[in-house]
Amino acid sequence: MCAMRHEPVHEPGPGGHGPGQAATRLGGEGWKAVLTPEEVRRALTRIAHEILERTHGGEGIVLLGIPTRGVYLARRLATRIGEFEGTPAPVGSLDVTMHRDDLRLRPARALQRTQVPSDGVDGKTVVLVDDVLFSGRTIRAALDALNDLGRPRSVQLAVLVDRGHRELPIRADYVGKNLPTAHREKVRVQLAEIDGEDSVLLGEGDK
Amino acid sequence: MNRHLISAGDLSRDDAILILDTAEELARVEGRAIRKLPTLRGLTVVNLFYEDSTRTRTSFEAAAKRLSADVINFSAKGSSVAKGESLKDTALTLEAMGADAVVIRHPASGAPRRLTDWVSGRVVNAGDGTHEHPTQALLDAFTIRQRLARGTDRHGQGLDGIRVTIVGDVLHSRVARSNVLLLATLGAQVTLVAPPTLMPHAVETWPCRASFDLDAELGKSDVMMMLRVQQERMTAAYFPTVREYRRRYGLDASRMALLPEHAIVMHPGPMNRGVEIAAEVADSDRSTIVAQVANGVTVRMAVLYLMLGGATEEAA
Repeated sequence: MCAMRHEPVHEPGPGGHGPGQAATRLGGEGWKAVLTPEEVRRALTRIAHEILERTHGGEGIVLLGIPTRGVYLARRLATRIGEFEGTPAPVGSLDVTMHRDDLRLRPARALQRTQVPSDGVDGKTVVLVDDVLFSGRTIRAALDALNDLGRPRSVQLAVLVDRGHRELPIRADYVGKNLPTAHREKVRVQLAEIDGEDSVLLGEGDK
Repeated sequence: MNRHLISAGDLSRDDAILILDTAEELARVEGRAIRKLPTLRGLTVVNLFYEDSTRTRTSFEAAAKRLSADVINFSAKGSSVAKGESLKDTALTLEAMGADAVVIRHPASGAPRRLTDWVSGRVVNAGDGTHEHPTQALLDAFTIRQRLARGTDRHGQGLDGIRVTIVGDVLHSRVARSNVLLLATLGAQVTLVAPPTLMPHAVETWPCRASFDLDAELGKSDVMMMLRVQQERMTAAYFPTVREYRRRYGLDASRMALLPEHAIVMHPGPMNRGVEIAAEVADSDRSTIVAQVANGVTVRMAVLYLMLGGATEEAA
């Protein structure tokens, strides 16, 4: 029971490496930037517009970010929607840890905050927000977690990066960037709120 | 964290804070339409209770059920134990039933530790003799942090600098022992107050202060934790009369008035109203006695989740 943080590196398999290892390798060789801060900003602006378009001006939407980085992305999208439409979209967070299907494969993980806007999710259009879409298992867990919170009218998914290799029939409604990757490669999203700057990095991973 | 939870002293500061933080998040599930999580589906938790206990057993049972575990209650009364079965044979029976965790309460100190030799699942000590009751200490620490932690975000905080005074029958109290160990680990300053006859012999080796004078401690306590006078464990005359005990060590309204304004009053229950705590104190705003019961469920959920929710060491 030592893994206290969410593994920020989206890598294959549940065996994984500790976050410490990944962090030390970050500064070194083997990582290349695939999205600059400017591109992250533009992608989020575009997604905010698309959400408004698809939901007819954001009527009845609730943005729920999946910790850790999905929460910051959801807040940014909410702010942007507020700038375009005058009223910011309700935003919250949805921790999926207790609903994951790979809990028994790793030491017990610390829980993150679940915070739903006061109006709840019943009858709303919930937009789940995450940083990277990979196997789809996190989103499967999120759908289950959401089910326990209420009954939304519909659920949509927004991700900053879709790196492919789905293991479940799940797709995103809004994608910042489609990033073709090899299965063993790693994708890391960095955000100014916790990492100092915005970027998306692609790492080689283990041979 | 260790494989089993036998003593509050086995927990490192990081372990303890992880449990409190996890409980903090689980407490939020309470407000939802569906208060159940699927996390321990398919796992079996056995409550093995050799002593009567409604509150602790139902608390563990509720915690396990909220996490979707299957719960088997095994009480000594009316079972094969009453027919003379030994702890070891009972343990082997539970093992054959596939218990993933055994929550045990036993009148003999050390029984849970012994049980770990006989079962492959996790063992959680729910009170053994006069030894320890670690989940009670965890829920007390959680309650103290909830009421007294500084700032808006309690996440990651210990109890540094908080002055806790534990009063009463320390000698027979597993709650006191577990609390001293855990609260000291979390940075609190603990003082034990008891009549000389009810103070443990080697108390100077414990990580706390000891005093015989309750009135001297009132003004410098953030938390007053009153212990139950455990008449069922008293094999000798430890104090002359209940009236004299109450006069020197009972918390009544006039003593409560001398506490700092923010101070809280705790009691692990069940209370002897009118002995260690006056009814008007137990029912006052400062009393956290009802909150402690509610927090017991979430803290035990956190313990069960952290012990059973992840990989076993062999697989990790």
